[in-house]
Amino acid sequence: MSAAPSQRLAYNAPTWLDTLAAWLLALLWILPLAYAVWTAFHPSEYSTRFVLAAPLTLENFERAWAAAPFARYFLNTTLLVFMILAVQLVLGTLAAYAFARYEFRGRNVAFSLVLVQLMVMPDILLVENYRTMARLGLVDTLLAIGLPYFASAFAIFLLRQTFMGVPRELDEAARVEGAGPLQTLWRVYVPLARPVYTAFALVSVSFHWNNFLWPLIITNSPNARPLTVGLQVFSSVDQGVDWSVITAATLMTSAPLLVAFLLFQRQFVQSFMRAGIK
Amino acid sequence: MNQRALHAWLMLLPALVLLVAFTHYPAVATLVDSFFSTPKAGRPGVWVGLENYQVMAEDPVFWKAVRNNLWFAGATIPLSIALALAMALWVNERIAGRAFLRMAYFTPTVLPMIAVANIWLFFYTPQYGLLEQITGALGLPSHNWLGSPSTALGAVTVVAIWKEAGFFMIFYLAALQTLNPSLREAAAIEGASRWYFFRRVQWPLLMPTTLFVLVNACINAFRMVDHLFVLTRGGPDNASILLLYHLYEVGFSFWDTAYASAITVVLVAVLAGIALFQFFVLDRRVHYK
Repeated sequence: MSAAPSQRLAYNAPTWLDTLAAWLLALLWILPLAYAVWTAFHPSEYSTRFVLAAPLTLENFERAWAAAPFARYFLNTTLLVFMILAVQLVLGTLAAYAFARYEFRGRNVAFSLVLVQLMVMPDILLVENYRTMARLGLVDTLLAIGLPYFASAFAIFLLRQTFMGVPRELDEAARVEGAGPLQTLWRVYVPLARPVYTAFALVSVSFHWNNFLWPLIITNSPNARPLTVGLQVFSSVDQGVDWSVITAATLMTSAPLLVAFLLFQRQFVQSFMRAGIK
Repeated sequence: MNQRALHAWLMLLPALVLLVAFTHYPAVATLVDSFFSTPKAGRPGVWVGLENYQVMAEDPVFWKAVRNNLWFAGATIPLSIALALAMALWVNERIAGRAFLRMAYFTPTVLPMIAVANIWLFFYTPQYGLLEQITGALGLPSHNWLGSPSTALGAVTVVAIWKEAGFFMIFYLAALQTLNPSLREAAAIEGASRWYFFRRVQWPLLMPTTLFVLVNACINAFRMVDHLFVLTRGGPDNASILLLYHLYEVGFSFWDTAYASAITVVLVAVLAGIALFQFFVLDRRVHYK
């Protein structure tokens, strides 16, 4: 009561020192990206000379695009992330529903088996999963990249939490109207969990767009290579160290995510937050 | 089994089958394989007991990777968490250019590590690189950051911190936004200093978030290796090699899959240890809700 509103607002308000430090850090954080943008859009002789008059060009992008099958890589990555997402959502929804709304013997054991994947991720079990894919004859296919990630413990966990929060009355009302279990799931639970689906989708898509090690191991030709691996192959083969072209390729591969992020910033941040706070 | 239980199992089945096939089976098979020799052209591996582990114990590169990984973890975990907290505290206030700041901090998170590593490679390049230009302008001697054993690990650590801090920031930000505003008013009335308010109110209330972030940072410290493929390839002379990268080299460059299985067992044990610590220690002790 005694503190005047202005005083209250001022309390804990950032000082000019905070503002300065925050801005310095932000500039430092954005610097590598800004540098990449500069290099990619200017002729290579300006790649390290920062003159305002430097001419803009798209030539680096054209050269990068022509130097490697980037169109194929883009297609592969796009197919890959949507394939993984679709399967993850379907399998995750079914499993989460079973865990959230059914009583059956072995439920807790089954759920702990699911949670194991949260600590032992497929990213580590490279040797055995490679062997399995070789046995299945799937090496160098998109399916092989996706298979270890199809059943996502994370999706199951997240959706189970959400489904458990759905009032049972809605469930029963649907049943009274004659809806079967799957219909109830589809008509009642899925629509109510929409924000969680969006959150999981954003996290999953950005994870698999960026995933590198497993795709690197399991692919050996452009046919199945996703963008990350394609970019690595492209930039590690001696390009005469033409930085402008490599940076252009780098920006190209990150562009869809970057643009999506800049457009839907709030969604992104909230999704990552929602996915993290279980 | 009644009908409902049957339905439940049918719904679980596809996910469980895939989980068993690509998580449980490989985890167990890795352990088994680590006691066998590497199969060679048609001849299956034979039981060798602990020989692979003996090879590991005598492999100087493995120990180098362990030491480096501990160093990497010891640097990335506290620094990325401290930066994340500072970022969140700033962005949570009415600071000038808040939207820009938040965007700048978070952007590295959404970009592919392999792509940003290319940018950092250019950044670190001797002579041309931006870093060299800055140090050169300040009159400092030229230095090959990625090429010399003394700085290679530090250079890749900086990239990891840069990538992670913004990600952890959003969890702190979310937690800060849920803190009761009357706490702040009370502190203002009591005339508490800003530092005091942070130390006695915000920091304790953020503890669950800190621990959540801590666990994630620990896991990432053993999982994040993509940038090594571009920046140093573990070099020079294994100066920047990390465990998972060593595993990759042993398993997929030298194709010594038996030894690679033994290394995988070590990595799985580390991750399981982190998970168990979280489960039994943290989840029981920290509850402010």
